[in-house]
Amino acid sequence: MRSFRALLIRDLKLAARVGGSGMMGLVFFLAIVTLIPFALGPDLNLLSRIGPAILWIAALLATLIGLDRLFQADEEDGSLDLLRLAPVPMEIVVLAKVLAHWLTTGLPLALAAPFFGLLVALSPEAMLAMVVTLLVGTPALTFIGAIGAALTASLRRGGLILAILVLPFMIPTLIFGVAAANAAVGGTVPFETPFLILAALSLIAAVIGTFGAAAALRAGE
Amino acid sequence: MRLDVQNLACDRGERRIFTGLSFALAPGDALVVRGRNGAGKSSLLDILAGRLRPAYGAIRLSEAGERSLPECLHSIGHRDALKAALTAEENLSFARDFLGDPALPVHAALDAVGLLHAAHLPVAYLSAGQRRRIALARLLVARRPLWLLDEPTSALDTASQDMLLGLMERHRTDGGIVVATTHAPLGLKDAKEIRIEREVASLAGEGA
Repeated sequence: MRSFRALLIRDLKLAARVGGSGMMGLVFFLAIVTLIPFALGPDLNLLSRIGPAILWIAALLATLIGLDRLFQADEEDGSLDLLRLAPVPMEIVVLAKVLAHWLTTGLPLALAAPFFGLLVALSPEAMLAMVVTLLVGTPALTFIGAIGAALTASLRRGGLILAILVLPFMIPTLIFGVAAANAAVGGTVPFETPFLILAALSLIAAVIGTFGAAAALRAGE
Repeated sequence: MRLDVQNLACDRGERRIFTGLSFALAPGDALVVRGRNGAGKSSLLDILAGRLRPAYGAIRLSEAGERSLPECLHSIGHRDALKAALTAEENLSFARDFLGDPALPVHAALDAVGLLHAAHLPVAYLSAGQRRRIALARLLVARRPLWLLDEPTSALDTASQDMLLGLMERHRTDGGIVVATTHAPLGLKDAKEIRIEREVASLAGEGA
């Protein structure tokens, strides 16, 4: 537990320092969401209809760009060797790193969703739905990505391979995330149906991601 | 703790690097690993640290309680495992909390390597020798019986090399074990020495 907390605090500090990944995801998210209304034109109805989808795609991509450094940065400076000497299993190490990553990318994205929702003309209910679905859905993205990040930790240009590896597995999360956000503002499906599946996806990803990434890190020695 | 290594062989890629390596280490022992570049000195340390699987042979750990070998050791390699954006103090207090079984407080450890004045500087601002000394200070903040040092004197000035020798000797007096690869003589008292040659590894006897 002590090791877990030490690693979590270290990663949060690193993300906050200059050159850290703290704000990167959020800025990228903002960049995508601001560009889309310019490209589509000032059609408010169209924007508010596809708004949840835009926000979800932007969140997925923003999560993805920071992920390749999750274990690679530690691999490069030898910290990963230090982490392997931990008195706790590798799974705990992975869990601490993923949690720190989610707190610095997924959580800010979810909390910032209402502001970005303004840019795509979302209604207040839709904004609330975005916050809730992103809050529940982004952990799935981070955990799935962690497996890819662990597999590509020792590759110099692992980012692209990482994206190819993990994107297919992120699609279900995207589908049910957007479905839940749309269901909240109308439609035939009740909100709970896609939302509960989204929550289940996050829980499954948390288990598989933790054990998968730890196994990948052990094998890639 | 005691370490008994028998008939160890190592493969890198398809190539057998060394075979038939055997040694035993008891509390207070030091082992100096020598050999030319690429002979497999670092690979031996990787195997001991559990980062690399041996192709053959056995490593037996005894008198270590319930701890596994990686939990019993410190490993200082070429990559210093320091985060450049964090200060020296933050790096060490992370290692102290993370590795468990804390020993010296962070400031005492920095003082021991003569870098107390750099405690609040980000590691990125420090020179190679200073970074190496902070990595060495990690040995002091958590208590672990086995030290694996991969060319610990590289980038160190003469005074720091003496400081390192003092640290290693004190660790041995306290019942610790030091395994170090080196090209330059370290000056360890009564150290076992092992030479790794391609295909043959020979124990060159006691006393270095």
